[in-house]
Amino acid sequence: MAKGIRDKVAILGMGCAKFGERWDMDADQLMVEAFNEAVGDAGIDVSQLDAAWLAVAFDAVNIGPSGIPLSMALRLPNIGVTKVENYCASGTEAFRGAVYAVASGACDIALALGAEKLKDTGYGGLPVRSRGTTFDMIGVTGSAPGNFAQLAAAYRAKHGVSKDELKQAMAHISVKSHANGSRNPKAHLQKAVDMDTVLNAPMIAEPLGLFDCCGVSDGAACAIVTTPEIARSLGKRDLVTIKALQISASNGWELQQAGGWDGSYFHTTRVAAAKAYQEAGITNPREQISLMEVHDCFSITELVTMEDLFISKEGQGYKDVLNGFFDADGGLPCQIDGGLKCFGHPIGASGLRMIYENYLQLLGRAGARQRSTPPTMALSHNLGGSPIQNVSAVAIVGLADA
Amino acid sequence: MSSPTGILAFGAYIPQRRLQRSAVYAANSWFAPNLKGQSKGERAIACWDEDTVTMAVEASRDCLTGLDRTAIAGISLASTTLPYADRLNSGLVKEALCLDTNLTANDQTGSLRAGTSALIQALNGTAAQLVVAADLRKSRPASEGELVQGDAAAAILVGQAGQGLGEIAATFLGSHSVTIDFVDHFRSTSAEFDYGWESRWIRDEGHTKILGGALKEALTKLGVSGADIDHAIIPIAVRGVPESLAKSCGIKPESVRDSLSAVVGDSGAAHPLLMLAAALEVAKPGDKILLAGFGQGADVLLFQATEAVGRPPEQLGVAGHLARARKDTNYTRFLFHRGLLDLEKGMRAEMDEKQPGTSLYRNRKAVMGLVGGRCTKTGTVQFPKTEIGVNANDRSQGTQEDYPLADKIAKIVTYTADSLSFSPDPPVYYGAIDFEGGGRLVAEFADCSAEDVEVGREMRMVFRIKAVDRARDFTKYFWKAVPVQKGDA
Repeated sequence: MAKGIRDKVAILGMGCAKFGERWDMDADQLMVEAFNEAVGDAGIDVSQLDAAWLAVAFDAVNIGPSGIPLSMALRLPNIGVTKVENYCASGTEAFRGAVYAVASGACDIALALGAEKLKDTGYGGLPVRSRGTTFDMIGVTGSAPGNFAQLAAAYRAKHGVSKDELKQAMAHISVKSHANGSRNPKAHLQKAVDMDTVLNAPMIAEPLGLFDCCGVSDGAACAIVTTPEIARSLGKRDLVTIKALQISASNGWELQQAGGWDGSYFHTTRVAAAKAYQEAGITNPREQISLMEVHDCFSITELVTMEDLFISKEGQGYKDVLNGFFDADGGLPCQIDGGLKCFGHPIGASGLRMIYENYLQLLGRAGARQRSTPPTMALSHNLGGSPIQNVSAVAIVGLADA
Repeated sequence: MSSPTGILAFGAYIPQRRLQRSAVYAANSWFAPNLKGQSKGERAIACWDEDTVTMAVEASRDCLTGLDRTAIAGISLASTTLPYADRLNSGLVKEALCLDTNLTANDQTGSLRAGTSALIQALNGTAAQLVVAADLRKSRPASEGELVQGDAAAAILVGQAGQGLGEIAATFLGSHSVTIDFVDHFRSTSAEFDYGWESRWIRDEGHTKILGGALKEALTKLGVSGADIDHAIIPIAVRGVPESLAKSCGIKPESVRDSLSAVVGDSGAAHPLLMLAAALEVAKPGDKILLAGFGQGADVLLFQATEAVGRPPEQLGVAGHLARARKDTNYTRFLFHRGLLDLEKGMRAEMDEKQPGTSLYRNRKAVMGLVGGRCTKTGTVQFPKTEIGVNANDRSQGTQEDYPLADKIAKIVTYTADSLSFSPDPPVYYGAIDFEGGGRLVAEFADCSAEDVEVGREMRMVFRIKAVDRARDFTKYFWKAVPVQKGDA
């Protein structure tokens, strides 16, 4: 087996724009906002970048094709810029490109930036779009909530959980993330909500109500990576290194094999998580992971992901949720920054925003929302697609000596 | 003597919803109080995702239950509301039914008697032919047509014994036709709605003289007396007219078949065939069945039921469809589905639905026929076919043979009711379903409500409109899943 990425690459600097309804800015301005913070944090000059990766998911309301929009927005010195698109996992995909480039030795310093300008769509939720000529004849172009809501029915059926019990657990997840988001000045949604508000919200896609769905936002996030040696030579002391970086893509088994996948979990997340733990040398994730940022596009997604990441036992995740295990002051906080739910979900930026939060928390720079117990190992889970066909990315970053 | 031609099988399709005429009248009585007389009973209404073609497909499937479709040599589709003026509509039905490509096909239109005329044409031949009639007429709000009409389809399989399609259920004894340009109503090719003349004139000059005359001439020509007729099918949706025409021909009042006006409505070109199917379901061996069609003249056909008559238990037929009716009082939804009420659909409805002809042609079996693939090495069934099969244990290429899924029962694996996605009939239900014997599909669900869906629920497939490309006026068809109900095969 390949030796993996563990400790070969360090984060030199990170940045994140304020997420939200950024009526004031175009995508290139959001890129600059995130980049300014990252390049200042890294303490380098733009001329030191060897290559860049740009993540954007929705072309229709966005920046258009190619890596040029990033090169132009930041006036990069004619280096290679690669645009990547891997559904909502695009941000981690861009990060992987930059990290791999450094690990290979081909680059000393590389940039990963994700951006999305969704609030020019004209309506809430994601833009409605074609999935390709063949799919459009035979597939169902459901909404994102509709696609993810289906987890709930299958989860209930498999584990014998009542509709009410599951709805309570889902609501707890949203209440928790809103509480966390209220302590995050960059979050799209910064207002705490109570259980009744969540439970009585209008139905979007049965059983997901309005508060079971994450915010759809404008934003950008950015990472600059290098080798630990170069980072130290540039004066960095407390290094955050990449412990694992895994992406798993569906191959149609969930979608096409009758009697196979039962609809209640993410097959690819389990694959990516198992590989990531092995890559990072983690044998007991529930004990060894200090913090998690997961792809909580919907409350039910977060719930089943707790099991797919092997943190909760299968069919027991909802109990951990209700017991407050994932709350900010719980055993293993999840979405301490508010998550997609409240920090917001500018698609291409989200994977990098998760790593940004983990990076801040590991360095003790998270301000009012800083985890009380000093974290050493933090996981991010960035998912694209729908439960039946998706791309799942798991990135683990930690203190260099952890 | 050559072997007789007759009816080998028959089937029907009536959409599930029954719009209550009282609801229509209540909405319009301020404007058209004269319609009070038509405000009783209910009419069948097709959902937004149904048209003449989809209803014809479902009636044909009902008719062909358990039969070898490769034995069918021809198909004709009769309707005054065919979706395409130049694209063989019966060819669409052929693809959905996965009939053999070596097939004659024709569309019959232009008159409400297109159904009976198509039937006569088929019965005058010897080959096995599927005659299907369907109509989904549009009428202006607050018109009589809106209350009187109904949406339905019926299919009659015509042929001879020994064609691999079973025995004759009703022998064809002959027909009589008259053609007169009697313009009781008309609809030009560019018009959406009928323009009709005074009902009293239609009754006197049309029903009584033209149709009544044709009935009498037919009885004489075919050598039977009115008293010999056990089932008289006179599809005129004017109260009292079928009865008085029967009386004038010496037909017993109890032989006059119910026009289905109270429970379906007048389904236009399909109606004579729909009433014929209903009659064949209850006819006894030896019964004589008289069938009339009226429209710019008249057709009269005579049949005699054989020992094989009756509805096979695995078919729904007219009775089965009547039994599963769901009452509906949502008049504005009906208007919206007919394009008569321009509701604000929102930006999510703006997606371009352009259909490349190339990919539809390449994938026509999968799209129109719901034909998947079955690996000849592993037996794994999947939809759609792919070059490398989904079975993880076998990477063999090109081993999949055609595997039709349309008639397989499936079970719900996952589902949701989506209120966010645009649908003309929200919320839109969809989810993953597994077919008995293999194959998985993420399908839209039709004809269902909250209490119809749960993991493990049995579903069956129906042919429906998937989307309409309004910019180019092209209808995209595909299959949807509906909950299996008591009485389904």
